[in-house]
Amino acid sequence: MILDPLSSQAVCVEPSAEANVLSRRAFLKAGAAGGGGLLLSLRLPFAKGDAAAADEFAPNAFIRIDGNGQIVLTMPYVEMGQGTYTAIPMLIAEELEVDLTQVRLEHAPPNERLYGNPLLGGVQATGNSNAVRASWQPLREAGAVARTMLIAAAAKRWNVDPTFCPAQSGAVLHPPTGRRLTYGELAADAAQIPVPNNVALKRPQDFKLIGTPAKRLDTAGKVNGSAVYGIDARPPAVKIATLAQSPVFGGRVKSVDDAAAKAVKGVRQIVRLDDAVAVVADHMGAAKKGLAALKIEWDDGPHANLEVPAIAAELDKATLNPGAVAQNIGDVGSAMASAVTKVEAIYQVPFLAHATMEPMNCTVHVRRDGCEIWVGSQAVARCQAAAAEVTGLPLDKVVVHNHLIGGGFGRRLESDGVARAVEIAKQVDGPVKVVWTREEDIQHDMYRPYWFDRISAGLDANGMPVAWNNRFAGSSIIARYLPPAFNNGLDPDTTEGAIHLAYALPNLHVEYVRVEPPGIPTAFWRSVGPSHNVFVTESFMDELAAAAKQDALAYRLALLGNAPRAKAVLVLAAEKAGWGEPLPERVGRGVALQFVFATYMAQVAEVEVAKDGTVRVRRVVCAVDCGTVVNPDTVRAQIQSAIIFGITAALHGNITLKNGRVEQTNFDTYQMLRMNEAPAIDVHIVQNVEPPGGMGEAGTSAIVPAVANAIFAATGKRLRKMPVDSAVLKQPA
Amino acid sequence: MATTIKVNGVDRTVDVDGDTPLLWVLRDVLGMTGTKFGCGMALCGACTVHLDGVAIRSCITPIDSIGSSAITTIEAIGATAAGARIQKAWLDREVVQCGYCQSGQIMSASALLASNPHPNDSDIDAAMSGNICRCGTYVRIREAIKQAAQTSGQGG
Repeated sequence: MILDPLSSQAVCVEPSAEANVLSRRAFLKAGAAGGGGLLLSLRLPFAKGDAAAADEFAPNAFIRIDGNGQIVLTMPYVEMGQGTYTAIPMLIAEELEVDLTQVRLEHAPPNERLYGNPLLGGVQATGNSNAVRASWQPLREAGAVARTMLIAAAAKRWNVDPTFCPAQSGAVLHPPTGRRLTYGELAADAAQIPVPNNVALKRPQDFKLIGTPAKRLDTAGKVNGSAVYGIDARPPAVKIATLAQSPVFGGRVKSVDDAAAKAVKGVRQIVRLDDAVAVVADHMGAAKKGLAALKIEWDDGPHANLEVPAIAAELDKATLNPGAVAQNIGDVGSAMASAVTKVEAIYQVPFLAHATMEPMNCTVHVRRDGCEIWVGSQAVARCQAAAAEVTGLPLDKVVVHNHLIGGGFGRRLESDGVARAVEIAKQVDGPVKVVWTREEDIQHDMYRPYWFDRISAGLDANGMPVAWNNRFAGSSIIARYLPPAFNNGLDPDTTEGAIHLAYALPNLHVEYVRVEPPGIPTAFWRSVGPSHNVFVTESFMDELAAAAKQDALAYRLALLGNAPRAKAVLVLAAEKAGWGEPLPERVGRGVALQFVFATYMAQVAEVEVAKDGTVRVRRVVCAVDCGTVVNPDTVRAQIQSAIIFGITAALHGNITLKNGRVEQTNFDTYQMLRMNEAPAIDVHIVQNVEPPGGMGEAGTSAIVPAVANAIFAATGKRLRKMPVDSAVLKQPA
Repeated sequence: MATTIKVNGVDRTVDVDGDTPLLWVLRDVLGMTGTKFGCGMALCGACTVHLDGVAIRSCITPIDSIGSSAITTIEAIGATAAGARIQKAWLDREVVQCGYCQSGQIMSASALLASNPHPNDSDIDAAMSGNICRCGTYVRIREAIKQAAQTSGQGG
């Protein structure tokens, strides 16, 4: 998505680029830690302002080896269930030659200058499937440096040649004499050793941890109720609040009658804001009862009549005029003119809510001289900044306690909930936990944008594409979230998956028109730009195959002559799925291929369309090449997860507006895939030694076109608008 | 009005309206935060607890409807045979991702296993389809329940 040098790196790096010997003086420093330990401070590369790194060293990750041998890593990524807290320590443990259990991970305090994510333009955030991608090289290097220094300290003490002192299981050995010193015993000495200028990283064939299915380190507390999420924070004497925000975005509170609410047992206070009302109580039961008893009149404001078709019509209009050119190859105009067949289509994807299982919440204690916050966030520095802005306090007077996250998916990259909770807490004496009801959570989300695509292609006499022309319109999240990364009408997220396709297309032209919808906020959503682009490109590729009367798999393969990794995953997925084998009536297979988040992925979905039009995804086969696999079990888990997330969107996901109000309220009207609808999912991993690609999101973008293409195979109906409309799939009597 | 309920074998007296859902009594009054809030309408199963061994949604269970029945929550389910097997299977199979829904999943699965030591796929669908997992861990939940059932032995 953003300023992602690794995604291009993954394409061009030779597989043999291992046993790297790199200079890292500018990226790493060592010193003594308190209590006789060794402290390595390092800077993840590519971050904002790294051009000046030679002048000023600003580390953003720390490795401490204590006198007792405990290894502590402080780093800015958060665990959302994606296994980051297991995969990242594996990188250090591998090079340090220690067991995974010896590495403890501490989450960094908010400080954007120090902990900004290099792949998120310096924002301190976890997203875009890049925690492992960004850490892969620097954390292994840091581990290797620490190992080298510990070995040097041991060799010095024994007065022997360090080449004869291997490290093993948290200790340095001298086999000729049988001597052994633990890292804890060596840490203080190692802190006095100069940082070596060049160290060798382990070769992939020597990896002991990387590539093995390590057990997740964060799960024990999640099966017995002891894990503490943001919503579980309980500072002493905390009150519980819930809220009603203007049902129309941009509306205001006109009047509040709170007499009945105040009479509810346990209700302590009613807080009125410009555009929201909160009920503060002893417990959520009383707060909800109080909220239901409030009589609020709203001034709906300028968006009182907004509906989604009006937004779609604006986007439609926008695609009639030129946009910013995201990619151009050859000359589409003349190629289109000489084409034998022309295929045109319009694709649309809806607004979507995140619907994290943990509803939005934030606990705040505002004091005259400071503000304390308990929250689960993907972007903790943003929370700190939001609270500072609302309170008028300096940043260093805002303390943020980050917690486990009950689902992120992009929702918790935003700090709107923190700002709202702080507004309420400013009027409350003591700490208050503000908890969104599910209805507030869904109706006041920041949504995956609605996108509208106008796409066309020209085919030659053999049915192969000679021209590909795609222009699409919709919101740019980057333009709001990270304005410096939005340049010349483009950003790297909104177009990902629409450009740099794996296929060899001789003439290609892709344009993007930024249109921000009125009256409905937008945000990153799992698989971000590709969530929309891959649906369009892979559905349209399927249309071209059908127009050419060719098999959807063979047609794609014919275009992959220059993309061996893409071809390999496509062939593997098709083979494992039994592509071409006969299926019953109204059952079909659909395929999709993508290269996004620096990961190659192909999926084959097998769907069954009932006579009444109901679609059931029976089985999904996924083949993935995400470069070096750090934790294969996590890769499988993330793909299973992302596929379920994508099927939910394809079959059920649709946020609509009526009179400016989001119509969906809870899991009855905004449905999630459930156990009885979950398909069998087979994941096949292509092993290689390329740098790691992202894993948390790729499965979501690939499954949507695979399902749509399978529906076409089963019924002959091409669905160009998500979610699936089962009414059009009904079998005629 | 004070109400006494038995939670994990201990009598607890709370002073809240009789129609207050059990969920909020557990979480906000008694400080037992392992039971989760997801929807407030019995649509997602995150708040599942046991009432005399049967899985119920605490978000729609008024405190005054409980009487002398025994409530078991995620904090104590490991002390039951079925609960312990389910928890172990959850860890062995690496079911958990964000983990937020898993208290409810484990409570539903434990109740299933206690009443039906060898559930088939449709039994699992029937018992577990009321529990939403946004991380989509369904494939592994199904495997884990089957693993736990294999270790059930006679009579669960």
